[in-house]
Amino acid sequence: MFKGMIHKGALSALAGLLAVMLILPCLIPRFYVYLIASILVMALLAMSLNLVVGFGGLFQFHHGVFYGVGAYAVALLITKTGLPQWICFVLAPFAAALAGLIIGLICIRLRQLYFAMIQISLGSLLWALAFRWYDFTGGDDGIHGIPMPDILSGIHNSYYFILTVFTLSIIGLFFILSSPFGITLQAARDNAQRCEAIGVFVRRHQLFAIVIASFFAGVAGVLFVVLEGSVFPDLLFWVLSLEILIMCLLGGWFTFAGPIIGAALMLSLRSFIGMQTEYWTLILGIILALLIFFLPQGVWGYILEKVKSRKEAVVEREA
Amino acid sequence: MDTASTYGLSELAMQLLVGLSRSMILFIISAGLSLILGVLRVPNVAHGSLYMIGAFAAFTVNTVIGGSLGFWLSLILAPLFVALVSFAAERALFCHLYEREHLMLLLFTFALMLILGDMVKLFWGVEYKSVTAPDILKGSVIILGQPFPTYNLFLLVIGPVVGFGLWLFVNKTRVGKISKAAAVDRMMVGALGINVSWVFCTAFVIGCFLAGLGGALVAPTMGLTLGMDHAIIMEAFLIVVIGGLGNIWGALVGSLIFGVTHSLGVMLLPQFAIIFPYVAVVIVLIFWPRGLLKSVW
Repeated sequence: MFKGMIHKGALSALAGLLAVMLILPCLIPRFYVYLIASILVMALLAMSLNLVVGFGGLFQFHHGVFYGVGAYAVALLITKTGLPQWICFVLAPFAAALAGLIIGLICIRLRQLYFAMIQISLGSLLWALAFRWYDFTGGDDGIHGIPMPDILSGIHNSYYFILTVFTLSIIGLFFILSSPFGITLQAARDNAQRCEAIGVFVRRHQLFAIVIASFFAGVAGVLFVVLEGSVFPDLLFWVLSLEILIMCLLGGWFTFAGPIIGAALMLSLRSFIGMQTEYWTLILGIILALLIFFLPQGVWGYILEKVKSRKEAVVEREA
Repeated sequence: MDTASTYGLSELAMQLLVGLSRSMILFIISAGLSLILGVLRVPNVAHGSLYMIGAFAAFTVNTVIGGSLGFWLSLILAPLFVALVSFAAERALFCHLYEREHLMLLLFTFALMLILGDMVKLFWGVEYKSVTAPDILKGSVIILGQPFPTYNLFLLVIGPVVGFGLWLFVNKTRVGKISKAAAVDRMMVGALGINVSWVFCTAFVIGCFLAGLGGALVAPTMGLTLGMDHAIIMEAFLIVVIGGLGNIWGALVGSLIFGVTHSLGVMLLPQFAIIFPYVAVVIVLIFWPRGLLKSVW
């Protein structure tokens, strides 16, 4: 019963947060609306990564590729085929999931660092293709001025669209993680041998997790195109993949909401520090080093830990 | 249409030689990366930044001292400076993380990459820089009736020399043998009363020295820009992976594959030349997922 009450409290807090997010664009300048929208896109991407890295325990080091594939898929579908934009929006995440399936099938045979390395090399191949195939992908210039449906014109409209898709996606991710599949995935992370012994096909679960994560990364890619109206090869570059890993670390690996906090912190720091100085990467590097040394569980992980220990103290006192 | 047939055999040989000389620089860099990966088991993402520092330091030595003496000194001083930087970073920060999770080590090297990259911007500025080779290495020599840049010939000589030196270090010196043992079983090495932390430090600094040497050697062949760290690190990683993690000869095989497929790509499909090595890497990894040569772990 106690647990149910917390759930209710958390739920109403989330509903309140959503209400604030809905009203917010009317109150703040356009720049902040844009910033929040880009935070939502990055947060979705980081959460999809956390599904595989934090909950699946896989070394998914080139997750940005699926984001890029989703973005490029929607850009190419809109500019090269006559399909209506909304159908392209729906198809693109499936393209990313397909890329996830193919890359996943090759990677999943290997463990840990080898897994990471082969994924990085496959991802770099896709990057090199997008970078050089001028006739098809626009090469290093990318594709700009992708036409959007009229209803998405203007930052406010695209903000609401992004917020809607983001909310639906995190609800989806939450249910996936609390489903038997999600729990099995976490069990396989903690003890793969024991899981196999009781008859769980660990690799298949992990592959499935990669496909799901790629799908949501593809959704984030579509949202990026909705926000920016352009794509470029940097979306597939390995630096972005490492940056979203940092967002997960910054927020907290094993927490559900951690990556959102990480993305929000990182993007707001980037835009505010970036205004003051041109040495933003230096500061990012220092922040990252400090985190590794002093806060390896992440900001949100740290808060959750504190809340938990306080609660335990209360229980002890009452007992 | 057939672009290959428009080239004569001697041009083909020339293109391959250019590819081979590029392989030598890649070999020197990736051998250092492989050494660190083998002993510390950390993919050193900052390796590319150390290479960049090596190249910029070589530029500074060349401008301060000048002439051919400046060039030869830069080949020693620039890698030493890089080794000093990496030594400081390792002893001050990195060595406290050895007990932590692997991912933390990797992310720390990424932090180092971000910091060092901006440090270069801070000290050397954003302008394009170039280094000229000494007179003796300028111009070209005639091989098979074709002109071949002397500097590339110099690279073809220096690559095997560095490889032999590294082989001597790993197999013939006490420290090298201990690092090899630490790569296989670090607990056992520690149990024998050897300070594993210092073994790691030595391997790390030597690996970074090689990155700096690669940077100093590459300086006369290209313009020095701030993005050069990003470009090289992925190539070096892939070379190490296809060669077998931690295997120095594997790094040699990998760089030969990388350099030669790239120069073949330049001949066949110049637009897609950079894709050729990546395709080669993927093919190797599909058939030999753990690399061509035996990895150390």
